[in-house]
Amino acid sequence: MKKIIVILSVLFSMQALASSGSIHLETAKVDLNDKASLQRGAKYFMNYCLSCHSAKQLRYSRMADDLAIPHELVEQNLMFVGDKIMDGMTISMRPEDAANWFGVNPPDLSLIARSRGSDWLYTYLKSFYLDESRPFGVNNLVFPDVGMPHVLADLQGLQRATYKDEEDSTGNLHSVLSGVEVVQAGQMTADEYDQAMHDLVNFMTYMGEPAKLERDRLGGKVLAFIFLMIIIFYFLKKEYWKDIH
Amino acid sequence: MSGMLKNTLGWMDDRFPLSKVWNEHLAEYYAPKNFNWMYYFGSLAMLVLVNQIITGIFLTIHYKPDAKLAFDSVEYIMRDVEWGWLIRYMHSTGASAFFVVVYLHMFRGLVYGSFKKPRELVWIFGMIIYVALMAEAFMGYLLPWGQMSYWGAQVIVSLFGAIPYVGEDLALWLRGDYVISDATLNRFFAFHVIAIPLVLVILVFMHIVALHAVGSNNPEGIEIKKHKDEKGVPLDGIPFHPYYSVKDLVGVAVFLFIFALIIFYMPEMGGYFLEHANFVPANPLKTPDHIAPVWYFTPFYAVLRAVPDKFLGVVAMGAAIVVLFLLPWLDRGVNKSIRYRGPVFKAAIVAFVISFIGLGYFGMQPVTPVGTFFSRFFSVVYFAFFLLMPFYSNIGQDEYVPERVDEK
Repeated sequence: MKKIIVILSVLFSMQALASSGSIHLETAKVDLNDKASLQRGAKYFMNYCLSCHSAKQLRYSRMADDLAIPHELVEQNLMFVGDKIMDGMTISMRPEDAANWFGVNPPDLSLIARSRGSDWLYTYLKSFYLDESRPFGVNNLVFPDVGMPHVLADLQGLQRATYKDEEDSTGNLHSVLSGVEVVQAGQMTADEYDQAMHDLVNFMTYMGEPAKLERDRLGGKVLAFIFLMIIIFYFLKKEYWKDIH
Repeated sequence: MSGMLKNTLGWMDDRFPLSKVWNEHLAEYYAPKNFNWMYYFGSLAMLVLVNQIITGIFLTIHYKPDAKLAFDSVEYIMRDVEWGWLIRYMHSTGASAFFVVVYLHMFRGLVYGSFKKPRELVWIFGMIIYVALMAEAFMGYLLPWGQMSYWGAQVIVSLFGAIPYVGEDLALWLRGDYVISDATLNRFFAFHVIAIPLVLVILVFMHIVALHAVGSNNPEGIEIKKHKDEKGVPLDGIPFHPYYSVKDLVGVAVFLFIFALIIFYMPEMGGYFLEHANFVPANPLKTPDHIAPVWYFTPFYAVLRAVPDKFLGVVAMGAAIVVLFLLPWLDRGVNKSIRYRGPVFKAAIVAFVISFIGLGYFGMQPVTPVGTFFSRFFSVVYFAFFLLMPFYSNIGQDEYVPERVDEK
């Protein structure tokens, strides 16, 4: 028995190492009930993301209704000229041009929170660091050699990578990335930037599945109803079966 | 009123065996009175089948089987179709739920000897249902046209290419193209929505007809037909309706509670029911880092990867399924139920369950030396369980097996 436990614990610890890599993901603390946060997140998304990235699966009108933003306000402040409120959030940059300028076509972000995970996004947005070898002068801890510039640098400021020494299996010391530290402050303090990125990731999580608002609201009622069914059917069964021994 | 109803029924019965079918399969189908909770999974499998067909019809109304449109049409269902998200989650969760209940249903048959004489055909029909279900699930998984849909199908179809001489042509014929493409999506759609569901429904019908001809087994493994009263009714039997129809309602409600819990609060099930990478549209030029089938295929995928040679791996994977068909003839135990089987058989069942779950786990993980070692070890246990069964299955069985259900 002890042997099995030892084998299993070794096994699972190896799995954990293999899957998470050396960078620890921070928790985004997503809360879709926080309307104000979602609205702020929408603002950041429109201002900083939605010129290179599209979010074509989300319609402006759906966002306006779900986030309780008046349609006029969305039309005046958040939409590009020429878009209609019923449209999905598309961009005018042509994919061929984008591929020429950035090396890759910036992906549509509609579902990015579902494919990457909210925590990954949150950590990613906080993990840009200066790297002279990259075309845009920055690299990212959780997305090595990322093709994107640090568009939020004016808010966050600039960071550089920190390294630590780590021993590999043969006993040699290697310098590995361990984190980032701010070298030049931006418009926001570290806490303000964290809050802004929390808002942005919150919004992107909503964007990945707007129906989540509805299913969270509805789930309790459905479960309560089915629970009632269980009780009724249980006593019905008991009544029918009372003669069977 | 009741007179009119009787007349209508009589008119029907003169032309169609309505009362006869009702009685034979429900009101006068006598089932053993000692079914336990493991006997819920048969009716639950029927429920899930109905769920899949009904939600599937609604999905096909809005889905577009076209490589350019498929991914967006699924998101259209998730966002713009009224209740589309609920229907989609009922269907995607239903696929996994189907395998959960079917695996438990098969396991119940295994431990209580429900596959043994005279129920061999019930087992065989059930096994064909299981294989058809795997084909159904595999083809359905391509339809959302995400990265995992695409690359999962690419990997599985390319396995056919490992067959000597005809393999490459066979894979080409299945795909309708040199890679998974629009042509593949269209034909998989055809198979998923009509061909295989039709086969499934017919097989389920045969499964139940065969079962009702020989009668249900029970946790004691007693043949209730051996002891009948003067009217020919088994003494330990009770009419399926109303007793089990009412009892199954409890199982249905409990199942629906868990089902709804997943649909409303964890439809992705941490990436096991809906894989994260499948929220990225299929891209033939970009292979994902790690391609894993959905959880219900992973035990067999682990067997495949445990064998170093690709073709032999495919053979082993096929054999892992074929060997299940042979179960009624591999098991030489006289007693049916595990309650009266020997300690070797009981230990073998435990080893089998551990190896099946272990294979399922390692089938999901990226290849590591440790994973390969355990996959090989569990594969050997899996096959040994079946192939050695003729030798160990009748060791140390109980000499006395009760004749009646209440006997203790």
